[in-house]
Order: sequence, then C-alpha cells, then structure tokens
Amino acid sequence: MRWLLAKDLRILARSRLLVGVLVVYPVAIALLIGFAISRSPAKPRVAIVDETPPGATIELGGSRVGVSEYTDELFGQVQVVRVPTRAAAVAKVSSGDAIAAIVIPPDIVAKISSGVSQGEVEVIYNGDALQQSIVRSSIDSALAQANLALSRQIKSVAVRDMGLLLAGGQLGVLGASQEIIGLAHIAPTLRGVAARTPPGADRATLTRIAGFAAFAARNLGIAKDVLTTVSQPIAARSTLLHGRRTPLSDFAVVVAVSISLMLLCVLLAAGGIALEREEHTLARLIRRAPGATRPARALVSREQLLAGKALLAAGAAFLVALAMLLGVSAFVALQASRVGVWALALAAGALAFGALGVAIGALAREVRAASLLGFLVVLPLAFLALVPSGSIAGGLYAAIEVISFVFPYKSALQALDAAVNGSSPGVAISIVHLLGLTLLFGALARVGLRSAE
Amino acid sequence: MSALAPGQAVLSAHGLGKRFGSRVALRDVSFDAHAGERIAVIGPNGAGKTTLLSILAGVERPSEGAVQCGSHEQEAGAAHGARSPLAARRPERGLRLAIGWAPQEPALYSKLSVAENLRLFARLEGVADPEAAVARMLEQSGLGERSDERVERLSGGNRQRVNVAISLLCDPGAVLLDEPSSALDPGQRERLWGFVGRLASRGTCVVFSTHIVAEAASFAERVLVLDRGDLRFDGAPAELAARGGGGDFEAAFVSFLAASEQPA
Repeated sequence: MRWLLAKDLRILARSRLLVGVLVVYPVAIALLIGFAISRSPAKPRVAIVDETPPGATIELGGSRVGVSEYTDELFGQVQVVRVPTRAAAVAKVSSGDAIAAIVIPPDIVAKISSGVSQGEVEVIYNGDALQQSIVRSSIDSALAQANLALSRQIKSVAVRDMGLLLAGGQLGVLGASQEIIGLAHIAPTLRGVAARTPPGADRATLTRIAGFAAFAARNLGIAKDVLTTVSQPIAARSTLLHGRRTPLSDFAVVVAVSISLMLLCVLLAAGGIALEREEHTLARLIRRAPGATRPARALVSREQLLAGKALLAAGAAFLVALAMLLGVSAFVALQASRVGVWALALAAGALAFGALGVAIGALAREVRAASLLGFLVVLPLAFLALVPSGSIAGGLYAAIEVISFVFPYKSALQALDAAVNGSSPGVAISIVHLLGLTLLFGALARVGLRSAE
Repeated sequence: MSALAPGQAVLSAHGLGKRFGSRVALRDVSFDAHAGERIAVIGPNGAGKTTLLSILAGVERPSEGAVQCGSHEQEAGAAHGARSPLAARRPERGLRLAIGWAPQEPALYSKLSVAENLRLFARLEGVADPEAAVARMLEQSGLGERSDERVERLSGGNRQRVNVAISLLCDPGAVLLDEPSSALDPGQRERLWGFVGRLASRGTCVVFSTHIVAEAASFAERVLVLDRGDLRFDGAPAELAARGGGGDFEAAFVSFLAASEQPA
C-alpha cells in the first residue's frame, strides 16, 4: 500500500492548482463562515431627520428630561446620516444610500410632556421582503433601546418626585424654591396635634386624617418600588447546564476549522477514489487473476485501496486543520496546552470524513462528479449542524438531529468544541461516535466499490 | 504441479458463463490457449468479447465455469482472494504462469511519467527486480527516450504501448489485450502488431479482441468467434474464411455469422 500512497502523494504534488484550490477554498469558506458567526451585525445606515428644536426638553411634573436622552440612544444604535428634511430622507432611502429613515417630528416633545398622548416617530424604508424584514428588525430594536433609555429617565424623575412627596424637602417651582412637608411627616405631626386637642369632633377628624396620611405614605413607598419594577419587569439570570461558557469567537474558530477539515478531507478522499476509475486503473489494481508471483490475489485489495485513500485524505486535512488551529490561537485566546486533545478530536473527525469521502468517491466515475457530489453532501451538513434547537419546528429539528447523527460533521464539531472550548458533550463521546461512523462509511464505500468499472 | 508439462495450456477456459441479471452475456465458452499462440476474439458489438477477456483477466467473476492458468484455477463462486494450497505455492524461477491484461482504455496515471507508471505496477506486482523490468519494458515498447515524459502528454498510440507494457511487466505466460488497436492510426497499428508478434515469438500467448476482423486474419493464427455470448467458431482464420464462403475475410466473417444464425 505504501507504493500507492507514494503514487498519490506524487500525483498531488504535480496537481498544484488542484491542491491549492482544495486547501485555499475550504479555508476561505471556513474563515468567511467563522467571520460571519463571530461578528455582530454592522450598524444599519439610517437617515435621521430631527425636527425637534435644539435643546428641547420633556417636562414632567416640575422636572425636565432632555430629548437628547432619547435621540442619543437612538443614534447610538444606528449609523446616522443626518438630513434636513423628510424629502431628503426619502431620497436617501430610495437611492439605497440608507436602508431606512427616521423622522422625529417637532411635536414629539409636546406629546410626551402632555402625559396623555404617545410620542411618535416615522420610519421610512424600502427594498425586498428580506431587506424589509432586516430593516424592521433593526429599527424596532433601535427604537426599543431608545424607548427604554427614555423610560429610565422618566422613571428616575418620577421616583425622585415621589421621594420628595414622601419625605418632603425643597421643591423648585418656576425658579422659586419652596419647602414642602412629606407625606411621611404628616401623620406623626397630626397625631401630635390631635393629642393636644381636646376630645371631640375636631380631634376625631385630625385622627382620621392622620390615619389616611399614614396609609398614603405607606402606599407611596410601595409605589416607588413598583415603578422601579415596572420599568424593567424581567431581568435575566443565566445558568449553563453543561460545560463552560464559550465565547462566540472561540466557537467560530471551531466551526471554521471543522468545516475546513470536512471539505478538504471529503474532497480529497472522494477525488482519490474517483481518479482510479477515471484513469481506468481501478480494474487493473483490484483484478484477481492467477499470477506468477501473487496467485489469485489482487495487486491491492479493495479494503487497502479505500483505507489508503481515506488515510491520505485524513492525514492531509488533519495537518491543514491543526495548522489553522495553531495559527488562530495566536490571535484568539485558545488553550494551546490542550493541543493533544485538539489533535485527537481532529484525527477522529478526519478519519470519519475520510471514510465519508471514499464512500462518495466509490459512487462516482469521475473526479469532477465526485467533487460535485462531495460538495452537495457536505455543505448542507455544516449548515444543518449549526441550526439551533428551538429556532425551527420541533419535527423538523428532530429530522435534522437524525441527519446530523448519521453524518460525521456535527460530532466532529462537538468533539473539536469540547477539545478547544471544554464544551459539552465531552470529547470521548464524540470520538466514539466518529469512530463508529468511520466504520459505517467504510463499509458503505466497500459496497460501493464492488464494481471495478 | 508447478511446471507446465509439454502441450499443457497456458490458459484454459472451462464452460465459462456470465449473466448480468437476466441477460446472458456469455454461455458455456471453453478453449485452451498455448504458449506462443496468437488468438483473436472477434464478433459483433455485444457479442461478449470484453466480458470474456474480463473474466480471463480476473476483473469479472464467471457465473459458471472456471479459468485455469497453468496450475492455478479460479472457479465460479470461489471467494476472491482465497488461495488454494497450489495457488499459494510460489512458482519456480523461470516459470511463466501469470496472466497480463491490457484493458481497452489505457489504465495509466496520467500525472506520472512512463517510467513511473511501469515502476509502480512492477512494485505492486511484486516483480523481483522492478528496475530491470522497467528497463526491459521500455526497451521492448520502444519508449526508452520518452521514459520521463508524463503520460498525459503522450499520443494515444504511445499510451496504448505503455498500457500493453504494464501488462507484460511480470513476464506473463499469457497476455490479454482488449481492443488494443481501436484508438490507433494505421502506423501505430503496424508497430503494435509487430510488438505483439515479437511477444508471441518469445513464447507469450497473446489473446486479443478486435472489432477490425481483418486484423484477426493478418495477425492471429487462431480465431474465436463470439456471437451473443456463444462461441460459434474456434479455429484458423483460413478455416473461418472457407466456412464463410471464401474470398474477403470480412465478407466471409459476415456470411459465417449470418449462416450460423439460421436454424439448421
């Protein structure tokens, strides 16, 4: 078998363009996918028409909240393109220079200050259904963030005023400062007065008013807490069931490397087997004719041929993937001390992908057909493995789980994720699964290679 | 037995049959081939020529019958790779019991040079001295000057020469050539048949299939005529010509086939 391996290496060395494409293409695809996963979406470019007067404030009770509290938050969520008029904003959206426009009308201050009507901004957008969906989602998110910021400001003012009502203090009205008594002080004060008042109707009235003031003070205190709760009713506390929390960038590295490993391995193995058919050498290698030196034996058994091709592909892909991981570890904080575990996970994945590759190659008669078939099989596997549970219907996800179980990509991803990031399930389970799949696809390849021509 | 007795066949087919599903490709074909014989297998398209050669070469397993090569026999239904005690015994030095096979399409690695292809198959065949075998085949095939040239740059004729040369690396007692001249121009055909003639003169049995029946008359001393899987004739070309009414060999061959199709 060593002569066959040496022959394959020599052929690979003489097919520099093919090798270049086989290495560069998966790595480029993997890096693109990894980049897409690890990067947050860019801020949408939005035209803003701010028709509010400069320095406008929303008046609530005796306090003022600057409109800039709202607009700054809104502007922070998007890439702002300031335009003077609504018409200019429409022109920006129509030309595609901005994906949407937001018009903040001059009466927004008055409406919010009125306390009875809702402020309103206008959103102008364009594009096909997909773009509309993205724009709506982005703008809604930005508006929600801005609303939340404004709500926090209003709550803060309201809580401060309620505190003043409760505890008393200095209240500024129209520039003049005035000392007010708080609700909390009214009840004890009235009770003192009532105690000094002779028994009778006046004393009873004072006692009743003191009781009401005490009741009002208690409930105003509760109202302050309620207001705080209502402004942000639910806060999230996270519990991770298995493994450790994996940063998205680290996971993106694992995705990128595992996709490279799969593409390179499957294409090399499939192409290697298909090449033997394309060159018509398969029959010459595996024919079993009585001979002078090897009676009734093939030059190479089918099993040897498949194993050789799978091992060569696995070895080459393993080296590329390990180099990728080591290279990336210079930029992303990966635990390089676990390189042995990385290698184990990569090797198991490479073997399974090699077996899948020879199974695909055994079905094809030409290298091009094998490559096409390889792409058709493995690319969907990568995308399916990345579909998160709960993002699609339960039945469909169950079907995806079955597909991911019988093909090696998801297990290889999990093994590598566990090796690199310490995520769950552990490396051992995934490796055992991958070895099982190696045997399965090896057997399928043997069946597929039954025919020599 | 590990040596060929005088008159013993180098290659024997015993009642060979082959079915692909319900279709019968070959039916009860038997013949013996002896050292130095040049045997042409001819017949119309679909007659079973390639199937017969594939079975003899060990690429296909027969549905019925057996192939015997000197002392080694491969029977229908026998597990591929199983070695009988006789087969397991290595032949003595100088005995030529192997079967060489050159498929219709040259089976070569186009990215490798002529010498690298020969060397690879010599090693895989377990030839005792691969370099000597490569040198011998380069000389016999006349490709010595192009030994370092990649196969992908060779003409169809030269590829076919390398293809045949590989089949002769282990110095076989019999060589099977499947339509060796089909892709060659007249000059290349002349050189090929000259090469085949020299092989036979050195004692190698050459069994070749061809759809150019005139080649059978010119270069074979014995003709097997297959038609729809049946062996219709086994004899000298002159005898076939006589049976077909004499004259032009091709016309006689067509007449013979037409006559053999008519009910007796």
